[in-house]
Amino acid sequence: MDHQRREVMRFASVFGLMASVGLIAPAKAEAWSRAAFAEKSLDAVFRVLGASGAETSSALTFTAPEIAENGAVVPVVVSSSSSAEQIAILVEKNPNPLAAQFFFTARTESFVAARIKMAETSRVYALVKAGGIWTMAVKEIKVTLGGCGG
Amino acid sequence: MRIRAQENKGRVDVKILIRHDMESGLRKTENGNLVPAWYIHTLKVEAQGTEVFNAQFGPAVSRDPFVNFRYQGAKGDKLIVTWMDTQNDSRRDEVIVS
Repeated sequence: MDHQRREVMRFASVFGLMASVGLIAPAKAEAWSRAAFAEKSLDAVFRVLGASGAETSSALTFTAPEIAENGAVVPVVVSSSSSAEQIAILVEKNPNPLAAQFFFTARTESFVAARIKMAETSRVYALVKAGGIWTMAVKEIKVTLGGCGG
Repeated sequence: MRIRAQENKGRVDVKILIRHDMESGLRKTENGNLVPAWYIHTLKVEAQGTEVFNAQFGPAVSRDPFVNFRYQGAKGDKLIVTWMDTQNDSRRDEVIVS
């Protein structure tokens, strides 16, 4: 009994160690697109997403304030009348333009609301991928108080 | 996490609010030192064991992230909401759709 318990403990500690040094990745964590979030220019993010040819579309609705008093909390809402697989939100003048991206299934509505940070006044892009095709909407949002520094 | 999930005519509206500093790695303390980046990078939601929503965040998602989405579902669906951050911290909460 005691012996068995020790064995279990030994295995537990080995697995614990493997997890802590990253040999066992937490489920789904590898799905995070580190590369897309690390890109520093708008064009590069478009390229990594495969959205370089995206055109504006009336199927897409992008709601955001024209003036954000506080760049640390800018509410954005993106929806589409076509069935979206993916939605991405890009802030042109942030140090890393890609703020967030969302993945949907056939059961999920083409709608998402979130809050993002903006360093300064910038164009903000809402990108929607539906049926493998990217479309976009652009909005200029004025920021009176930046949300990334101080 | 605060999760609200309400069904109306076959559509479940899910609102999630997470307490997290979402440090961008660009903020400085009073004595000029950079606060290291520490933010949630993945948030996923399963309904009755099937993934319905997956979000990936960069450091430009606001502190205490809020997300709202909708899926086709029913009252009584069990939702499992999980997030993971850049320090390998994670949290998993369950809620029943009302």
